[in-house]
Amino acid sequence: MLLAAGLEFPPVSHLLQWPDLIPTINKPILINFVAVIIPLVLFALAIKNKELVPTGVKNLMESSLEFIEESVIAQTIGPDGMKYLPFLASLFFFILFGNIFEVIPLIQFPSNARMAMPAFLALLVWVVYIAVGIQHQGPKYFLNVINPPGVPKALLPLVSLIELVSTFIVRPFSLAVRLFANMLAGHLLLVTFAVLTATVISGGALIVIAPLPFVVLIGLIGFEILVAFLQAFIFTILTAVYIGGSMHPEH
Amino acid sequence: MSLTQSFLAQTSGDLEVGLKAVGAGMGYGLAAIGPGVGIGIVVGNAISSMARQPESAGMVRTTMFLGIAFTEALALIGFVVFILLNFA
Repeated sequence: MLLAAGLEFPPVSHLLQWPDLIPTINKPILINFVAVIIPLVLFALAIKNKELVPTGVKNLMESSLEFIEESVIAQTIGPDGMKYLPFLASLFFFILFGNIFEVIPLIQFPSNARMAMPAFLALLVWVVYIAVGIQHQGPKYFLNVINPPGVPKALLPLVSLIELVSTFIVRPFSLAVRLFANMLAGHLLLVTFAVLTATVISGGALIVIAPLPFVVLIGLIGFEILVAFLQAFIFTILTAVYIGGSMHPEH
Repeated sequence: MSLTQSFLAQTSGDLEVGLKAVGAGMGYGLAAIGPGVGIGIVVGNAISSMARQPESAGMVRTTMFLGIAFTEALALIGFVVFILLNFA
């Protein structure tokens, strides 16, 4: 009862909305700007030093691009997908830096926990993979989507309907919801344990158990760094899978 | 005042809020069952195939993350429904 009396969870609208700093510019927008600027600066620094053996920033950026090449593009699209490296790398770094602000002190908000950003990114990916499909297969792309090879004739109407819905509606929806819900859940989890720690510390005799929620909070911050990275990776790899599917129709 | 009377005395607004909260909580719990089992199966099979063929670990890991992403989507939709029912 003592604990429950002091435990006041802030309303969700308070956690997710900030007053505009200047009209139409609020904290998530600022975080998005920073998430664009940081990779730009890092790549500019990496390009600037032209030594043969990469060190420092250049080493980091080269190995991260290599990571995207090897574990995203080579595994899903194949060698002819290397021309999509700039698009996939931009997506990866933008989402990663937008997410990682979840654990940066004093900012502590992932910009992707507002539905607007994931929804826009998913829409962008939707346009790109449909455009790639039309570019590589022509108008037959839509026919290939609703007519997968090797399906018995009797099942074709059902399979076509499922394929149509899953390719053009479920894909962008699940892409956006996955990123949004993961970041929102992580943010709420961190807030919950931060509030619990603050309550227990100011709760008189309960200060004895104060280390417990605090240790869990520290552990969760490590977990959220992992989640931020993993969600950026999964968004990028799913984009690569969708682009690869549009480039090579199944035969 | 008996329990029935105090229950009837409450406004329908209270009842609505309470039922919404119960539905949201149970909805998220139910939505988490299937994906929990599913992710377990995906990761378990990925680990056993990595242990059998360590040289294919890279490919298996990529595919495993894909499988997790697709399976997890259901649980996350449950979480979004929970948020919408409770706070929207």
